[in-house]
Amino acid sequence: MSPRRRDAGVLIAVEGLDGSGKSTQIHLLHEWLYGLRLRVHFTEWNSSSLVRDATRRGKKKQLLTPTTFSLIHATDFADRYERQILPMLRGGYIVLCDRYIFTSFVRDAVRGCDTDWVRRLYGFARMPDFTLYFRLPLETALGRILEGRPSLKYFEAGMDLGLSNDLTESFRIFQGRIMEQYDRLADEFPFTTIDATRNVYDQQQDVRRIIGEGVDLSQYRTRVPR
Amino acid sequence: MTKAKRCFGTPPPGLDLSRLTGALIVIEGPDSSGRSTHVGLLAEWLEQNGYPVVQIGLKRSRLVGNELEAAKEGNVLSPRTMSLFYATDFYDQLENTMVPALRAGSVVLADRYTFTPMARDVVRGADAVWLDSLYSKALVPDAVFYLQVSDRTLVDRTLASHGGLDYWESGMDLGLERDWFGSFIKYQRRIRAEFHKLHKRYDFSIVNANRSIDTIHAELKDRVRRVLQSIHPNQSIS
Repeated sequence: MSPRRRDAGVLIAVEGLDGSGKSTQIHLLHEWLYGLRLRVHFTEWNSSSLVRDATRRGKKKQLLTPTTFSLIHATDFADRYERQILPMLRGGYIVLCDRYIFTSFVRDAVRGCDTDWVRRLYGFARMPDFTLYFRLPLETALGRILEGRPSLKYFEAGMDLGLSNDLTESFRIFQGRIMEQYDRLADEFPFTTIDATRNVYDQQQDVRRIIGEGVDLSQYRTRVPR
Repeated sequence: MTKAKRCFGTPPPGLDLSRLTGALIVIEGPDSSGRSTHVGLLAEWLEQNGYPVVQIGLKRSRLVGNELEAAKEGNVLSPRTMSLFYATDFYDQLENTMVPALRAGSVVLADRYTFTPMARDVVRGADAVWLDSLYSKALVPDAVFYLQVSDRTLVDRTLASHGGLDYWESGMDLGLERDWFGSFIKYQRRIRAEFHKLHKRYDFSIVNANRSIDTIHAELKDRVRRVLQSIHPNQSIS
């Protein structure tokens, strides 16, 4: 990973299982920083049509393998990283990422890709200054998802792994494996683990405290009048 | 007595490399080196000798071939994104075309392989170590023939057949020169220098492609015959 910090910005990533509430938390963090009139930019994993089109075709024609699945996502990430994330960091922005390269690390590992190869693949990406890992028991995460959004998508449920013919059952097993991988990464990388079983408000207070204490926010005041 | 196929590094997960009885022959070289002509001639000759042939090449995957073509037209993706896009295209063909064809005993003729994308990417500033890792799951070919041509031949053939120069083959995205002709010469020299480095790392045969089509074809047939005889000692090929 690139340890160089030629850029003046701050990179903040949130990671965690589906249903961990991380997207809500980063949204609230974004609102707070924006309200403070800071230079802040928000970006999500997989926002491009490139991945959507290729995965749609890959699924329909059963073309995607663990390797091409991994590469498609790396391609998409590289585009977003070089076009958006890196320039924003160089320009002195606080960049908020709803999922970052760790999402690929865990998903690709679960699909059997060689861990070292995947890490080298993403070797061009800067490590975040803060990686907030929203951790909660598997059953709680599954409960939140399966209650609220019953129509799971094929790859979301890890159906390509052949874990089970039942979408819901496949999702359960898949998420369990994802969680194991996240916990491993939490030992290896400097994640800040946040207890995601608590209420949204309390978690957000923690998030704001961590960022407020770790970053000199006065350095990031917007220079352009809104 | 088939020599087992292997990958440069660890193979892609879930890909079975056993019983790959075919041959993987790669032809590399710049546009207008006669590469596609020779791939076509070899395919015809092999099929006349009873060998099933499957051809692969750049931007031919079902997964992202069309998107890659469109991305090239638009010229809006960063070099790294293009590297990864080409790698996706390559691995889709590796897993879904090459390996099944080799298992069926076909001769896979690759009109360019991983080496052209690697050379192009290094010229555009990519890290060679990163690229080696990216393509480390590729199959080691049974033979790689690099068609090498002089600047003069390349220019003459390109102008004669296309009546002009191609944006990418002239490296116009690199801003080397405002004039396409000058840029083409500089760019092709850089690519050739990268191929010479790759040649040392990856064991290519360099074929002098300044000669006539018939002479080159005869040499390629001779070399491919030897590759096939080493794989299938009991078969004869004219």
